[in-house]
Amino acid sequence: MTVALEVKGLNRSFGALHVTRDVDLTLEKGARHALIGPNGAGKTTLVNLITGVLKPSSGQVALNGEDITAWSQAERARRGLARTFQINQLFRGLTVLENLCMTIGERDGNCNNMWRSAGAKRAVIDEALDHLEALRLVDDALKLVRELPYGRQRLVEIAMALAQKPRVLLLDEPAAGVPSSETHLILDVVAALDPDIAVLIIEHDMDVVFRFAREITVLVAGAVFTKGTPEEIRSNEKVREVYLGEAHDHG
Amino acid sequence: MAASEPTSGAMTAKAARDRAAEYLLRRHYFRWPEALPWLIAIVCFFVFPDRMTFGSQVVIMIMFALSLDLILGYAGIVTLGHAAFFGVGAYTVALASLKLGWSEPVSGVVGAGIVAGLVGVIVGWFILRYRGLTLLMLTIAFAAMLQEAGNIRSDFTGGYDGLPGLMFDPLLGHFQYDLYGHTAYWYALAVLAVVFFFVRRVVYSPFGQALTGIRENVRRMHSIGSPVHRRLVTVYAISAGIAGMAGALFTQTNAYVTLTVFDFDASAKVMVMLILGGTGRLYGPFIGAVIYMVMEDYFSKLSPTFWQFGIGLMLVLAVLFARRGLLGLAETGWRKLSQRGAP
Repeated sequence: MTVALEVKGLNRSFGALHVTRDVDLTLEKGARHALIGPNGAGKTTLVNLITGVLKPSSGQVALNGEDITAWSQAERARRGLARTFQINQLFRGLTVLENLCMTIGERDGNCNNMWRSAGAKRAVIDEALDHLEALRLVDDALKLVRELPYGRQRLVEIAMALAQKPRVLLLDEPAAGVPSSETHLILDVVAALDPDIAVLIIEHDMDVVFRFAREITVLVAGAVFTKGTPEEIRSNEKVREVYLGEAHDHG
Repeated sequence: MAASEPTSGAMTAKAARDRAAEYLLRRHYFRWPEALPWLIAIVCFFVFPDRMTFGSQVVIMIMFALSLDLILGYAGIVTLGHAAFFGVGAYTVALASLKLGWSEPVSGVVGAGIVAGLVGVIVGWFILRYRGLTLLMLTIAFAAMLQEAGNIRSDFTGGYDGLPGLMFDPLLGHFQYDLYGHTAYWYALAVLAVVFFFVRRVVYSPFGQALTGIRENVRRMHSIGSPVHRRLVTVYAISAGIAGMAGALFTQTNAYVTLTVFDFDASAKVMVMLILGGTGRLYGPFIGAVIYMVMEDYFSKLSPTFWQFGIGLMLVLAVLFARRGLLGLAETGWRKLSQRGAP
């Protein structure tokens, strides 16, 4: 198995606040890895460190064996690192189709072109429509993103990440904010992801985590509390104490 | 709103795909209303033949506002210092004519565009790392610095007294600038047409799409791998170049320039025009500049002391009731009408 993403000794402080402490994390090609932990454990911060939104105070991030710690967000994205956001980050005033075409255009470097019309490349449009079709969004292709219900926007968010043709995909609470009647849509998509993509998912719903993940890392107070297979995590008394018990209370 | 909801029988998956693709494929096609501004410009020449000096100034302001629309309306770069580039262009042709004896008008405009564009690259590279209020302040500061630099070297620039008595060669070696501004009008209109169709292509290109992406959500642009800073600097330079060309036309048609071209007022005025007309729409600058200039002309005759009240009132009304400008208002009205007309 080749290593797709490797995080070594990652630290990040905001002033006196130490939010990420010595985090090690390895994702192999095709991994299905879940990151869980109570609120404020630093899960999103870790995603931001991996994708380059934030720079680590110390430590290293490697993508396909290459040290990318100093790279910008955009460079990482172009090398196959994609993410979805906990709160939708879409081009709300553009159509769904334009959102997808933008992603494909930036991926292939088309967007350097100032002279050709954006609509002139039928292949880009067709690929965008393929991605939309896979998530059953074709009927919404010409709607503005802001006109869609939140659950559908969530699907666009995932379609965008997939259109980047990532090798490593970070899903930050993909079903957050989606009405429970529609969560199955998102989860079906997540379950059907290309087996070659290494996926890291942050999720609060334990049913999803145990169904989807082959490996789980538990993050508490910015540090790796423990990691293991779903069975190991499920039977770990300490994890129950710090996390699962709490999750149960919330129902 | 589940995805399992059956699609309407008539609309098969294939048809839905084609309809969606068709929209993008055709979006950049010319439509007949686009000929309208140009026809009006030609008609104006025959209706107001003795007002063409004013007409050429309106055309120049349209071009200036168009340059602002490209960065403000499309890329979302907020600036109150765009007069800096207009001024650079204006002084490029003035000084080239006076100091170097370069008085050929067309190459002067092209040269001014290049000089202003280069200044745009340098300034943009520094200031476009910032956004919002910080960026706004930096643009104001840059324009003020240029103006002050010109003032310090007033032996060279003529300062606030200006550089009068500039002489430019006849246009294309043939057409003299006349008292009625006829040559100036056609000249400015021709340059505007060339610039406009260039901007139109850029806006509908993949690059132009990326600019709207930056305006709509810069975080997403970073995460899909867009070199945001490079894109912003590129469009800033293009916009600076166009503003510089407008400035060059201004100097050539007036045969006169002073440091007031760098005024904060000038930057603010072009932004008001754009907001009145509508940002992020290619024809917003046309409507905004024409209305502003005509109102200014009319009100300042009506009441030399209070004429700005009229402009101010219009701006307040536009901001309150037509956030997308007069053109945006017209589009909404047109859509409502055509919906009512449809079966």
